[in-house]
Amino acid sequence: MSRQNWILIAILVLMGLIPVTGSRYYVFLLTDILIFGLFALSLNLLLGYTGLVSFGHAAYFGIGCYACGLLIKKAGLSFGIAFAATGFFGAAAALIIGFFCVRLTRIYFALLTLAFSQIVWAIVFKWNSLTGGDTGIYDINFPKFLDSRTKYFYFTLAVVSISVLILRKIVNSPFGRILMTIRDNPERTEFIGINVKLFQLLAFIISGFFSAISGGLFAVFNHSIFPDFCYWPVSAEVLIMTILGGMYSFFGPLVGAAVLLYLRMEVTSYTVYWPFILGTILILLLFFFPGGIVGFIENQIKRWRSSK
Amino acid sequence: MILQVDNLAKSFDGFIAVAGVSFQIEKGELCSIIGPNGAGKTTVFNIITGHLSMDKGRVVFNGMDISRLPAHKICRLGLGRSFQRINIFSRLTVFENIQAAVLTHRGKSLSFFTSVQPLFQEETEEILVSVGLQDHRDAVSGPLAYGFQKQLELGIALASNPKMLLLDEPTAGMSRQETKGTIELIGKIVREKGLTLLFTEHDMSVVFSISERIMVLHQGQLIASGPPDEVRTNQDVQKIYIGESRCS
Repeated sequence: MSRQNWILIAILVLMGLIPVTGSRYYVFLLTDILIFGLFALSLNLLLGYTGLVSFGHAAYFGIGCYACGLLIKKAGLSFGIAFAATGFFGAAAALIIGFFCVRLTRIYFALLTLAFSQIVWAIVFKWNSLTGGDTGIYDINFPKFLDSRTKYFYFTLAVVSISVLILRKIVNSPFGRILMTIRDNPERTEFIGINVKLFQLLAFIISGFFSAISGGLFAVFNHSIFPDFCYWPVSAEVLIMTILGGMYSFFGPLVGAAVLLYLRMEVTSYTVYWPFILGTILILLLFFFPGGIVGFIENQIKRWRSSK
Repeated sequence: MILQVDNLAKSFDGFIAVAGVSFQIEKGELCSIIGPNGAGKTTVFNIITGHLSMDKGRVVFNGMDISRLPAHKICRLGLGRSFQRINIFSRLTVFENIQAAVLTHRGKSLSFFTSVQPLFQEETEEILVSVGLQDHRDAVSGPLAYGFQKQLELGIALASNPKMLLLDEPTAGMSRQETKGTIELIGKIVREKGLTLLFTEHDMSVVFSISERIMVLHQGQLIASGPPDEVRTNQDVQKIYIGESRCS
């Protein structure tokens, strides 16, 4: 097994040991990080690997939230079945929305993803009888077999680990390699015999699937869901996480989610000026660390190795 | 006959770029299209390879009408191309650039869960050697020297194992020395693999050394076609080229 895999297993074991410390704060924070880390990773399949800027990924996260929440609360399904179905709702939405979006390129693609996500938000916001409108849906409880924050943390850890494993497999596959050629040069990719739009759409669907999974995890973790989860600031936030961590490294977005959520938790306990801090971080990032945190570290390691 | 182009026409916002071009290319032929800048060479190429739609006309490749096919399907039929400006996958290594084209050609592009790394090592290596890039195998292609990138472009085109190669100014931006080397390399590969070659150039001297037949395009129309010596002495052709050099 490669060294990277050993490191990953070590990190996984360390995370698994967090509840042993008895800190409810860290169990809560880590669950949050894992959920948004998965969300950012699935966005990055589009951003860093396919070169498509989605400005509306809150839609798939939100659809995941509402699919899971509604199937439990309104359809009366058990958590297991509801959660298992969640990803497919995200994938189906991504199929429909993606079908139109991949017809456009660059800024027009980004704007259309934003437009569709706002439509999703508007539907969720206005469809009172189903979604509860602005008041959202409450009392989405932990299922019996996961009736504590710690148990739910382990469940999240398992789901996120499996998802990450699958995503990692995909980006290292021939399909993943073709996504990278599309990112670098869609025109040339067409001329090696690839139906570029089809591949972009497939990436979009896979991304929607895992975004919805993270949404489903979040709905139960949060016990309640609101239209805000589909609103554009969520799209912006996950984009920031991804770029902060580094979109050209597989684990970058996960690191970005961890850093951003940790900082937010710490900073908001001292001051209400979190947006100010966030803005400053972004400016520093764009000027001094264009490759994100992980990109920066990778560069340092490379430099250190070549200087030896 | 491997390629037949009938009465091709294309205009952009009223500007007539290609005005009724027809020609045929036999299997195994080494042909070139020359003409001054703006003559319509690249437009003809882009239409043949499905990158641009045509206003009028028909393109038949290997007995099949490809006039309305999308670019990726035309590529799969065995028509490979390179571009005038550099068109590579700049964040990937040289090896990965070629490997991507090989695995697409082998129909592996839709496998999601096998590891890409060990795939088609030998085939990719072989192409690297044939375009002279074996020493730069693991270099990221974006920062490579211009000449190497041009070679890589050729390698990507070859990796789809085409029956016919369309090269759009393969020596654009090269020094005389590089140009000579590149033309020799192309000639060698094309003859070894028994490919049909069609390429464009605006520099006449490059063309005569390798072409069996030269077609001259001027203001969107073919004004001459024939073996190099015939074209060289053609009065219309001389007029265009002498006229152009006077202007410039």
